[in-house]
Amino acid sequence: MANKILAVLEQREGLIKRAGFEAASAAVNLAKDLNSIADAVVVGDTVTNINDTSKYGIQKVFHLKNSALHNYSASGYSEAVANFLKDSDYEIVMLANTSLGKDLAPLLAVKLEASCIVDCVKIALSGNDIVLTRPTYAGKAFVDVKPLSVKKVITIRPNVFKAQVVENPPSLEVTVKELSDVNIKNRVTAFKKSEGKLDVSEADIIVSGGRGIKGPENYHLIEALADAFGAAVGASRAVVDAGWRPHNEQVGQTGKTVSPTLYVACGISGAIQHLAGMSSSKYIVAINKDKDAPIFSVADYGITGDLFEIIPALTEEIKKVKQS
Amino acid sequence: MKIVVCVSHVPDTAARIKVGSDGKTIDPAGVTYIINPYDEYAVEEALKTKEKLGAGEVIVITLGTEISKETIRKALAMGADSAVLLKDESSRDSMGIAKALSEEIKTQEAQLVFMGKQSVDYDSSIVGQLTAELLGYSCVSVCVKLDMDGDKIIAEREIEGGREVVETSLPSIITCQKGLNEPRYASLKGIMAAKKKTIEEKPAAAFNPTAEIVGMHLPAGKQPGRIVGSDASAVPELVRLLKEEAKVI
Repeated sequence: MANKILAVLEQREGLIKRAGFEAASAAVNLAKDLNSIADAVVVGDTVTNINDTSKYGIQKVFHLKNSALHNYSASGYSEAVANFLKDSDYEIVMLANTSLGKDLAPLLAVKLEASCIVDCVKIALSGNDIVLTRPTYAGKAFVDVKPLSVKKVITIRPNVFKAQVVENPPSLEVTVKELSDVNIKNRVTAFKKSEGKLDVSEADIIVSGGRGIKGPENYHLIEALADAFGAAVGASRAVVDAGWRPHNEQVGQTGKTVSPTLYVACGISGAIQHLAGMSSSKYIVAINKDKDAPIFSVADYGITGDLFEIIPALTEEIKKVKQS
Repeated sequence: MKIVVCVSHVPDTAARIKVGSDGKTIDPAGVTYIINPYDEYAVEEALKTKEKLGAGEVIVITLGTEISKETIRKALAMGADSAVLLKDESSRDSMGIAKALSEEIKTQEAQLVFMGKQSVDYDSSIVGQLTAELLGYSCVSVCVKLDMDGDKIIAEREIEGGREVVETSLPSIITCQKGLNEPRYASLKGIMAAKKKTIEEKPAAAFNPTAEIVGMHLPAGKQPGRIVGSDASAVPELVRLLKEEAKVI
């Protein structure tokens, strides 16, 4: 069968992540459009939530298993998946555009002599051709790309394609393939958790601070508001370059491009680099003393005024709503 | 040891992007070009590595056109020793770029290669990994810390929620993320010296395109919303809107 799709289910610590199920769901939907089939593969040691995959319409999962593959290994994972694909008729590989997916996809593409199109936000058909839309220039423009090779490795941006639960989940067939020989040229030996509780690239709500917060000593106001929302803490480039916040919190071009459900910009004027990285958020709230700040041109709701009064008031109000 | 650093010449991050008349690429009018910001970390790390080793040579490789020389000179002014410009007027997909770079790295017989984790134009963030795989090198992408001991590499890469520590060995390609180092400024002496350094020019290796851009468009402009108020008294109304209209809390 042409156009058979294989979704790679990303797991960490033996648990398939939401982004992995998003890839599965996107694969199922594309298979429907192509009159084809979507199956899935997971690489790792013990994986505890494989059975959840059928919720998203997947019927077959192949588990490529070896204890040395518990942690990600660029060489180990890419060889395991590529070897599995060589003996199969899958033509399209779908992954989430996470740090693992971005690392793994190109390695697979070379091994499979496939087109590699990453960070897609839309998948469409034009006649028999798949056309993928992806952001460029940090989201200042989008390109429509047609893969030219028979085999295609596609990564999809997290949070854009929702993991859709199907009405009548199929019964799931899990095939475990114990791998005897794995090539661990790259070995992950440790994970160092960052200080923030939530990462901006995975958060549903983000509260970000900019130069208007005036100094690192005031950033607790942003953190308190983020806590009240259950949100991740973000920062503008100005704040990161000044050394007030770590780089992993930076939103915008040269930082992270995000599309959460709610983005709260506090004391951020909205330089073009910042807007590029967050203007695809579903709802944007801006708090800034300058009513002419460009951030208001993308904000759904704005309050002009002193953020040192507004943020604490907002924090209290959100806490009240959450408690009620 | 020969150390290669790949740099690219890209539109300034402050540039306003307009679609060109072909409907597939940007309109270059009024756009200033700069060294790709992530490549500055790559140049710095290459120079630091050479300094630590106390020997070696840092070679810049750029795939581009005549105008890319401006960016090459910048890397040379920071301290790189020489440069190769792989000339190509066409626009290549990531695989085509990786093909050109890998062929030149092979020619140079370099075992250690640095490049930015992505270029800020096409943002694909895969050229380093593609190049490494074409060469059979190991790759550490999105690197924020690097230690080397002989052939051994211990690196940290930024991932969701933290950093993972990766151990691998040479030959290797490291793609550099902000936070890896503080790129040095080119000194006046460095800028003068760069003018005398050689930029070897040669045609880029041929490639078969694996993807084709069929269109480019700008995002649907977001309509500005409403200003709810001008001080803390507007907070209850904002929260009501978030709850009842946006339904996000």
